[in-house]
Amino acid sequence: MSFLSNLINGISLGSVYAIIALGYTMVYGIAKMLNFAHGDVIMIGAYISFCVTQYMGLPAWVSVLAAMLVCTLLGITIESLAYKPLRNAPSLAVLITAIGMSYFLQNVALLIWGSNPKSFTSVIDADPIRLFDGQLIISDVALVTVAACILIMIGLTWFTGKTKMGRAMRAVSEDKGAAQLMGVNVNLTISVTFAIGSALAAIAGVLLCSAYPTLMPTTGSMPGIKAFTAAVFGGIGSIPGALLGGILLGIIEIFGKTYISTELGDAIVFAILILLLLVKPTGLLGKKVREKV
Amino acid sequence: MKKKTSKEFINNAVTYLLVIAAFLIVNTMKEAGMLTRSLTGQLIPICAYIVMAISLNLVVGISGELSLGHAGFMSVGAFTGAVVTASMAAAIPDPTVRMIMAMIIGGIAAGIMGVIVGVPVLRLQGDYLAIVTLAFGEIIRNVINCLYVSMDEGRLFISFNDPSLPGKLLINGPQGALGISKISTFVMGFALIIFTLIVVLNLMNSRNGRAMMALRDNRIAAESVGIGVTKYKLMAFVTASVLAGMAGVLYAMNYSTITAGKFKFDTSILVLVFVVLGGIGNIRGSIIAAAILTILPELLRSFNDYRMLVYAIVLILVMLATNNEHLKQWGSAFKRRLFSRHKAMKGGAEE
Repeated sequence: MSFLSNLINGISLGSVYAIIALGYTMVYGIAKMLNFAHGDVIMIGAYISFCVTQYMGLPAWVSVLAAMLVCTLLGITIESLAYKPLRNAPSLAVLITAIGMSYFLQNVALLIWGSNPKSFTSVIDADPIRLFDGQLIISDVALVTVAACILIMIGLTWFTGKTKMGRAMRAVSEDKGAAQLMGVNVNLTISVTFAIGSALAAIAGVLLCSAYPTLMPTTGSMPGIKAFTAAVFGGIGSIPGALLGGILLGIIEIFGKTYISTELGDAIVFAILILLLLVKPTGLLGKKVREKV
Repeated sequence: MKKKTSKEFINNAVTYLLVIAAFLIVNTMKEAGMLTRSLTGQLIPICAYIVMAISLNLVVGISGELSLGHAGFMSVGAFTGAVVTASMAAAIPDPTVRMIMAMIIGGIAAGIMGVIVGVPVLRLQGDYLAIVTLAFGEIIRNVINCLYVSMDEGRLFISFNDPSLPGKLLINGPQGALGISKISTFVMGFALIIFTLIVVLNLMNSRNGRAMMALRDNRIAAESVGIGVTKYKLMAFVTASVLAGMAGVLYAMNYSTITAGKFKFDTSILVLVFVVLGGIGNIRGSIIAAAILTILPELLRSFNDYRMLVYAIVLILVMLATNNEHLKQWGSAFKRRLFSRHKAMKGGAEE
């Protein structure tokens, strides 16, 4: 039974990673940049939700919507202020700007909410499901997280496959210049990508803090790095890859922590990533791009 | 060709002179007691960060590989150095000799780690290499957090996840290395910078260095004329690891305790920021950026709580400004005008 409950915990944690990794992977696919500030958008989302429920006393679903709205606006603002001017700059310059942005968000949060950890009350208030005479308990948060992850995946697959904007996104990720010549508004497409990624980050932040209720200005950085690892694990730029990578990573982390060593949980995750990349250098579902001379 | 060599020579000479002059000035000020206490405390970390920045520039700028785990090698050096100095305290009473021994052994340990990581990892390219180096840095931090080393009557005991060791604990898991004898000095830091400069600048201007740069600029073309990718990438990576390990020893010996948390992802990023702001591939730029950016938070002390916020904003604005097309055009136009006037003056003199 403990195996099953660990598996469920792993899938639930992995679903959060997958939702965050989607943001990384979409932005990477389209803007070809590693958005290191993504982890901190998660943290901002969680704080907004915290404030709306605690200080305004509004219901949980309003707080999630508010967090999504704020993060979407934040994502668009960050993109237009910091990343858009660097569209043609070397990728390292963009990387450093993203890191600067990450410091900026962390310090703003530090100034507004202070460094003391806040204890986040779960936005989901339902009874856990008990199976096998109460031997296997599936928490409400785990259920909602997995459900949210599946819904988001279906939504995104539909969006990128069927809608005009989704097609524009795929076109831009394939060849920015050609897409522009075909009349795709590249700047708008990139902004929309950031908006979607940041809204997903807000959801991820709320779910993450519902499961692990300590909220600090640095809450987002480690999940951000892990989700980035998940995106690479599944093949960066690929949406199903982000899902697969995220869930596998969550399972590996929980199992590593339970069966091998609590302290070495993160090390195991990263070691498996390295091993995988050595065997399959573009990740599980990544496309191998042939180099032309 | 000859002209280029002399240009390189002048360029390198300027770098050396700059470092020596800065050292002499700062040292005189220190002796005269003109530096504040917090600034004096920053001198050795600045030296360590300068060495880190130069060595990372060798990987990022010269070899063209993005590494996000440079602090990992620094921590290998730091903890090896802590154990070496503690265990040799009786055998070598002279702190300078002990420090040099620690640096050599710490450098070798970090270099071995560099080979272990580099051989498999350098087959990856671009962003994948970046994520693997990041992962590696995190692994090292995690492993050191579980490491216990103790010394009893001249023998070393090492265990994993088990603090019950005989004798005095040197490395105590998450609490890090304890009871380090603070034997780093500013002069040693300066010596290490000069050593790093000699290694890196000579490597850059050698046949090997040119092979690295050829691989950076066009891997396929370089391979087709017979330059082996793995050999040269590994050479740059391992050299940088050794130097980072030595910087780690210098850094650790400045504090009485040191934890693995000092060398996490943020530190790697910090060093990368030095390299990028100083100019990728520009050694002198790395030195200046590392020195200024390490002092900057101290100088911003009057902003109190807003200090790191201002730091972040400065970082973003500098990146935006240095990559701004208009500013660039303006800058090159200015340079051209200066240059043409210079030429006109020269021409006038000849007439």
